[in-house]
Amino acid sequence: MKKLFITIVALFIFQLGKAQTAEETIRKVKAKLEKVNDYQAEGKMKTNVIFIKAPVAKVKVYYKKPNKLRINNEQGISFIPKGSVNINLNNVFVNTEGFDIIDLGKEPGTNFRIIKLLPKDETSDVVLSTLYIDEVQGLIRKARTTTRDNGTYELEMSYGKFAEYGLADKVSLVFNTKEYKLPKGVTFDYDDGTKKPAEDKMKNRKGKVEIVYTSYTINKGVPDSVFN
Amino acid sequence: MMFQLLQIELFKIFKRPRTYIAFGAIAAIVLLIQVALKFDGQSYMDLLLNNLKESFVINENLKSKILNGYLICFVILNTLLIQMPLLVALVAGDSIAGEANMGTLRLSLTKPVNRTQYILVKFMASVVYTVMLLVWMAILALFGSMLLFGTNDLIVLRSENIEQMRGFDVMWRYFAAFGYAAVALSAVAALSFLLSVLSENSIGPIIATMSIIIVFTILSEMNIPIYDDTVKPWLFTTHMVAWKGFFYVKTDADGVTIDGSIQNLPAIMRSLAILFGYIVLFTGTATWIFRKKDILS
Repeated sequence: MKKLFITIVALFIFQLGKAQTAEETIRKVKAKLEKVNDYQAEGKMKTNVIFIKAPVAKVKVYYKKPNKLRINNEQGISFIPKGSVNINLNNVFVNTEGFDIIDLGKEPGTNFRIIKLLPKDETSDVVLSTLYIDEVQGLIRKARTTTRDNGTYELEMSYGKFAEYGLADKVSLVFNTKEYKLPKGVTFDYDDGTKKPAEDKMKNRKGKVEIVYTSYTINKGVPDSVFN
Repeated sequence: MMFQLLQIELFKIFKRPRTYIAFGAIAAIVLLIQVALKFDGQSYMDLLLNNLKESFVINENLKSKILNGYLICFVILNTLLIQMPLLVALVAGDSIAGEANMGTLRLSLTKPVNRTQYILVKFMASVVYTVMLLVWMAILALFGSMLLFGTNDLIVLRSENIEQMRGFDVMWRYFAAFGYAAVALSAVAALSFLLSVLSENSIGPIIATMSIIIVFTILSEMNIPIYDDTVKPWLFTTHMVAWKGFFYVKTDADGVTIDGSIQNLPAIMRSLAILFGYIVLFTGTATWIFRKKDILS
């Protein structure tokens, strides 16, 4: 009986310790991200969506606390996914009422800590975030965000020069897309005999946008007019 | 000799007021489309981009960027190249039948010119007129739209995908497309010319040309399994829209477009060869018939 009691207490203390560790990890990541009030970054954006054939675009990314983000292609045209605001990781923590934190332990192979954040605010657009955190560097390496209106977004980051601010050198955003179709009577397409992607591929409703940043200007001020 | 004859034929064409109806009609249609898109282009973009709204940020800024001079020209070409055959038939269909109707054909043939030369010059004059119509259209639709709407990347919205070309990679495609359209419309001119040889008045060949074009265009747009692989590839109307092939681009393994590329150039060349084949067939048949014909008017 005594042994059982000691085991239960030990397990409880162990779990408690683990929860604190997850909170600490989140706090560490958040502290890094909070160093950035605003930034203006330049980069190259690659769009990989089954029904869009687009060139690599030179883009400017503007961010301002708490969750303003804009991607501009100033020389040409780019189709920006709706969930692009999520490429700014601070967006995950924008919540007035805090989160419930669930620690799922470490990912085999990478050793990243997997932490789920459940916003307490029921009106929040983000309903669930799963973060894969590199605890040694205090950086989010992968994130999966489920939103109320716009489906699920998956992010993958790699870091370099701006890791101390939690800003990635390369971000990949995977998002859901709807099927694209226009009536042939409107487009009058020319059938040049090129084989179309397989039907199941066309129904693959995942799109991917990859931004490779070349420079960041951090905390130098970004006018609000940029976001209009 | 041939050049002198061509000059005479061109003089005859451009002396007739009806020749200028086509130039006026093109100017009016192009201007109407430009004005409509200038004032209500956003609704047009809403219609075309409706499918993308749920996945992408479609704001006023993006719509106005897409609605640039290059896209407007593409829209105009898409609309006008269906109606252009009528304007070409107006002159080509009249070239022999009109003379027969007026009773000047027999008189023309009293000159020391053989019938083959005469008919080839007539056809060449129709082709020159067609090219001039296209140049007029290019000036208004391409350069006019660039002036009115500015330039940016070109977005071509197809039925199942979207093609994007950078601004600097667009102009040569338009030159190629207009060149191709000249060949496609010359095929229409050749058809109208053949019908003109068979007729004694110009209304018949003009209406017959338009009827053939309309029926064949409907046939070209139909998707019937066996017919798709047998009949459809040989209809000249199937190949008249191949100018659009210059606006379909190749992509690399990552789905990124390759500047200066064409998705399927051999297919465009094949379409071009088929159109040239039709021009030779129609003009050859017209010449053969005309050489053997009893000219009574």
